[in-house]
Amino acid sequence: MTTPTETPATTTTRTMLAIEGLTVGYAGAPVIDGMRLDVPHGAVVALLGANGAGKTTLLRTVSGLVRPRSGRISLDGQDLSGLSVEDRVRRGLAQVPEGRSVVSELTVEENLHLGALWKIPGRSARRAAVAEVYEAFEPLARRRRSMGHQLSGGERQMLALARALVARPRVLLLDEPSLGLAPRVVAQLFAILRDTAERTGLTVLLAEQNVTSALSIADRGVVLGLGEIVADAPAAEIAADPALRHAYLGF
Amino acid sequence: MDRLAFLLATGLARGLVIALFALSLVIIWRAARIVNFAQAAMAIVAVYVAFAVTQATGSFWLGLAAALVTGAAVGAAVERWLIRLVPSTTPLPGMIVAIGLVMVLQSAISIAFGPKHRPMAAPFSEQPFSVGGVAVLSPYDLFILLVALGVVAVLAVLFNGTTLGLQMRASAMAPEVSRLLGVRVPRMITLGWMLSSAVAALAVLLLVPTELGLNAHSADILFVHAFTVAVLGGLDSPSGALVGGVVVGILISLVTGFLGAGLAPIAVLVLLTVVLLVRPGGIFAAKEARTA
Repeated sequence: MTTPTETPATTTTRTMLAIEGLTVGYAGAPVIDGMRLDVPHGAVVALLGANGAGKTTLLRTVSGLVRPRSGRISLDGQDLSGLSVEDRVRRGLAQVPEGRSVVSELTVEENLHLGALWKIPGRSARRAAVAEVYEAFEPLARRRRSMGHQLSGGERQMLALARALVARPRVLLLDEPSLGLAPRVVAQLFAILRDTAERTGLTVLLAEQNVTSALSIADRGVVLGLGEIVADAPAAEIAADPALRHAYLGF
Repeated sequence: MDRLAFLLATGLARGLVIALFALSLVIIWRAARIVNFAQAAMAIVAVYVAFAVTQATGSFWLGLAAALVTGAAVGAAVERWLIRLVPSTTPLPGMIVAIGLVMVLQSAISIAFGPKHRPMAAPFSEQPFSVGGVAVLSPYDLFILLVALGVVAVLAVLFNGTTLGLQMRASAMAPEVSRLLGVRVPRMITLGWMLSSAVAALAVLLLVPTELGLNAHSADILFVHAFTVAVLGGLDSPSGALVGGVVVGILISLVTGFLGAGLAPIAVLVLLTVVLLVRPGGIFAAKEARTA
C-alpha cells in the first residue's frame, strides 16, 4: 500500500488480477484475442456474453488449465506464467469450474477437507476451518456424511463454492454457478458470495449467462463478444443499456 | 472328506496370493485408471533383486524388504519415464506400451539369467499341520494369510484414514477438480504406481517358494488369475479382489483335485464368462450414482 492513509479494502485501486495481451486458441482462429483486463482488489466483476464468447476459456486460462498462445496474467503483481495449476492455487487463486465439480465418490466432509488441505495441513485447525464453513453454508452441515453423488444440484453447487472458500483464496473464478439451479437457490448462493466478498475483500470474477442475477451482485460488468471485450462498465450501467443487451446478451 | 478339507485349505492359501496380486491391480486402477499389463513382469524384476539379496545375506526378511523397495522403485520409474510420455486420452496406448514393456523385461531377464528356474526356500515349513488326522494349512500358508490380511488392513487405513489417501482417491476420480483444489495430482499417480508395484512384488515373492522356482515367466499365470479376479470383483473394489481371489483359488484347487489340473484354467474362464454375463461391472461394483 503506497497511500499513507489506510483505505477500506473494497475501495482500494490496487489491481488484484491483471490480464495483458492475452491470446488463447485451441486450433484455428483464436478464442480470445489480445485481451486486456484489470480486476481491482475486492471487486466483484461479472463476465457476460453469449455461448462461445470465450468466458470459460478465459477462466481456464487464468487458472492454468489452458495454456495461452501469448500474453501475461498476474496475481497481485506476481506473474503467473509457467506456474502449474496447483501452484497458482497456492498463490491464492481458486476456481469453481462449470457443471458438477463435486467429487461424487467422496462425502461432503471429505470434499471440504480436500479443499483446505494445501492451506491447513494440521488436522484440528482444518476441522475448525471446515466447521466455520458449515456455519455459513448451513444446508451442507446437515449432509456432511452424504456422498457427493447423493446431493441435489443446488447442494452440489453450494458445496463447490464452500470448498473453494475454505482455503480463503484471494481471487475466486466462478464459471456459471447458476447453471440448472432454481432462482431461489441462485439468489441464496449469490447472497453468500456478495457477503463473503464484502466481509473478506475477496476478488471475484463471475462468468454468467444469468445476466440479471450476476449484475445484481456485481460492481462491474464486462461483456465478451467473440473473444474481445465489447463493453466494460459499472454493473448498473450495463443493466440499463438496452442496445448492449440486445446485441450481446440476447434479451 | 479329508481330501476336500485339504483342497479347501490349499485353495485358500493360493487364493490369498492371487487376491494380493489382484489388489495391486485394483490399487493402480484406482490411482491412475489404467490396467497395467506389465504388473507381473515388473514384479519379477523386483523378486530377482530380492532373490539376490537373500542369496547374499541369507536372510529372507532382507529379501522381502528389497522386493518391496525395488517394486516401488520400478513402479515409479515406469510411470515417470514411460507411461507419463504416452497419451492418456484413451486407454489403448498405455496398454500397448505396457505389453511392449512385458516383452522387453522378460527378454532382458531371460538373456541375463537364462531360462532355468531358481528354487527359492520358504521362510517357514511348507509341511501342512494335521488337525485330527486331516492335513490342512502349513505354517507358510498361515504366514501368507497374515501378510495378506495385514496388507489389506494397512491399505484400508491409508486410503480411508489419511489425508494422503484422500488426495489419492480424489486424484483418481476427478483429476482436474483435484488440481484446482491444489492437489499435486502427478505426484499422487506416481505414488499409486509405487504402492501397486510393491504389493505385486510382495505377492510374487510369496508365490515363488510354492512353485517350481524363479524364472522370467513365474508370475504369468498368477497375472492371468489375478486379472480374472479383478474383473470379477470389480476393478474398483479392494474387498472384491480379496473375496474374488479366495473364490478363484479354491475353485482352481477343487477342480485340480477332483477333475484334473488341465480343467482348472477352463473352470476359471467359465466363471469369468458367467460373471460378465450376469454383472458386467463386477460383483462388487459400486451402485449407480445419482445423475440428476
